[in-house]
Amino acid sequence: MAKIELVDIAHSYVPGEWAIQDINLTWEDGISSALLGPSGCGKTTLLKIISGLLVPTQGTVLLDGKDVTMLSPQERNIAQVFQFPVVYETLNVFDNLAFPLRNRGRDESYIKQRVNEVAGILELDHVLKKNAQRLGAAEKQRISLGRGIVRESTTAVLFDEPLTVIDPHMKWHLRRKLKEIQQSLELTMIYVTHDQHEALTFAEQVTVMNVGEALQTGAPGELHHSPEAPFVGYFIGSPGMNLFDAQLQGDQVVAGEVQIDVPSDVRDQLEGKQLKVGVRPEFAQLHTSSTPDGLVGTVSAMRMTGNSLIADVNTEQLAFKVRLPETSQIKKGDEVWAVFPPENTVVYANERAVHFDKKGVAA
Amino acid sequence: MKIESNRGWLFLIPALLIMALNAFIPFMTVINYSFQDILPGLDPIWVGLENYVNVLQDPDFRSAFVRQLIFSFVILGIQVPLGILISLGMPKSGWKAVTALIIVGLPLLIPYNVVGIIWRVFTRSDLGLFPLLFEPFGYNYNVGENPVDAYGTVLLMDVWHWTPLIVLLCYSALNAIPDAYYQAARIDGASRWKTFRYIILPRMRNVLTIGILLRFMDSFRIFTEVSLLTGGGPGTTTSFLSDLLVRNAVGSFNFGYAAAMSLIYFYVILIISYVFFIVLTSVGTGEEGQPTAE
Repeated sequence: MAKIELVDIAHSYVPGEWAIQDINLTWEDGISSALLGPSGCGKTTLLKIISGLLVPTQGTVLLDGKDVTMLSPQERNIAQVFQFPVVYETLNVFDNLAFPLRNRGRDESYIKQRVNEVAGILELDHVLKKNAQRLGAAEKQRISLGRGIVRESTTAVLFDEPLTVIDPHMKWHLRRKLKEIQQSLELTMIYVTHDQHEALTFAEQVTVMNVGEALQTGAPGELHHSPEAPFVGYFIGSPGMNLFDAQLQGDQVVAGEVQIDVPSDVRDQLEGKQLKVGVRPEFAQLHTSSTPDGLVGTVSAMRMTGNSLIADVNTEQLAFKVRLPETSQIKKGDEVWAVFPPENTVVYANERAVHFDKKGVAA
Repeated sequence: MKIESNRGWLFLIPALLIMALNAFIPFMTVINYSFQDILPGLDPIWVGLENYVNVLQDPDFRSAFVRQLIFSFVILGIQVPLGILISLGMPKSGWKAVTALIIVGLPLLIPYNVVGIIWRVFTRSDLGLFPLLFEPFGYNYNVGENPVDAYGTVLLMDVWHWTPLIVLLCYSALNAIPDAYYQAARIDGASRWKTFRYIILPRMRNVLTIGILLRFMDSFRIFTEVSLLTGGGPGTTTSFLSDLLVRNAVGSFNFGYAAAMSLIYFYVILIISYVFFIVLTSVGTGEEGQPTAE
């Protein structure tokens, strides 16, 4: 049972170069959460700070409100599962699972009972006497997890891209198993990945990171509907959000043919900042006849992605993608009118969403 | 007719030729010699197993063999743990690692005869460094007269010359261990000893197997350095198998006898190395011998 809080965390490996900074995040007790971001964005660094493998250059780590910043990993009741499965290769599965308990001097009868319990949960009971080294990657990863949860004091488990080396069909199985364990043991789980699909299916709460910054934290749907930063919009979704560079012209934000009226108080917030306009392919609409506020353009490419179609649309000044239902009759080369619904069109100033009541997105 | 599939043999011919010249032919010659009495100026006489019987009954051979085994196990007992310790203490990266590697590797680059000469100069009673170092303690260090000094110096010389091999092998294995292993061990609360025992040592096993086999076989060949340093003396203190062999073959031109001796000695190495290999590759594979609570 652990609530994890990071307060003003920053870390640098090389003086003067921040690997991560301004991190203020909270994970409520028993939550399944994901840290999502591209390689090198600082996810793993953040994870190591939580587990205690790394002492942050500045900031505080709180576990249930207690400052643990300077505590060693074994004093924190946090387990971590790594990208590549770690097993003690000269030990069998039982001894692997017993290892953390033996290190803590627990007595053998307790160890036996506890290991059997955990092996049952992880479906490892039939291989307990096998050498850990001879098992497959998915089983080894379950052993890694088992060594974490075998300690009853463990309240949080951190996963660092744990499915990287797992076969696709085992991935699905293992991910479901993780979710099951998380729910039955009420563990706080933080799952690091660069795969949005993994993050969005596993977690109730997703934090998107890029170049050392936590950009947005929210439920998967929230990240999809209202990305607070262009990167979030672009990184989540397939294809990602359409983003256009924009300028302030009078009382309007203008990106190519797109014009958005802004109230005067919002206008002041936008003044002098780098502006972008974004709309997700799912929310843009295409019409085959002239529509009020429609952007006229042609479909330059059309491709099938499973159960929907993605149209590449070119207007005179803009190029963007629109997701269409499978049944759509629109073809490559067609003249179309694109409409961006105001409630789903986001204006970004200096990489942050600015919310205001948009009366319309006009062409 | 699938002639193409045999083309691979063609590429093997040069290697086979070289092998024939430096291994098969000399080896066969030695086997041939071992069954004959060969004395300079006389025709060889076929004597069957007589040479083998004589060697095995020869008290000189037996004592040299015992000295050899003791020496080989003593140097393994020193060089393997010491090599592991040094490799654990070496810097992991940067210029420090490079410098350490060069310093550690230097003895390996020095030819055997030069090693012998270096140590001879060091230990000479008239101008050497060693006698000078022992002088303040009132100890009269003399390789030529004192068996303890001679044996100790030969041991030290071999340790100095060959421990670096173990160090380099272990160091390469050590650097190949991913950080995640150490991190997992820290999270699991493993002590330093347990980290070494359950992570480092298993990862070193393969290179240690090679290192131990190489050092064991090589220790049987020790000749040049000792010959230059002590000449096998004083008495027979530092006279190992090779020394006896060379004295028989080159010293008394007793080729048949020496050939039989060298073959016996070849089989001994083969058998002991095989035992080592079996033990080292099967130990700690986890399925047997581990205490479980089952």
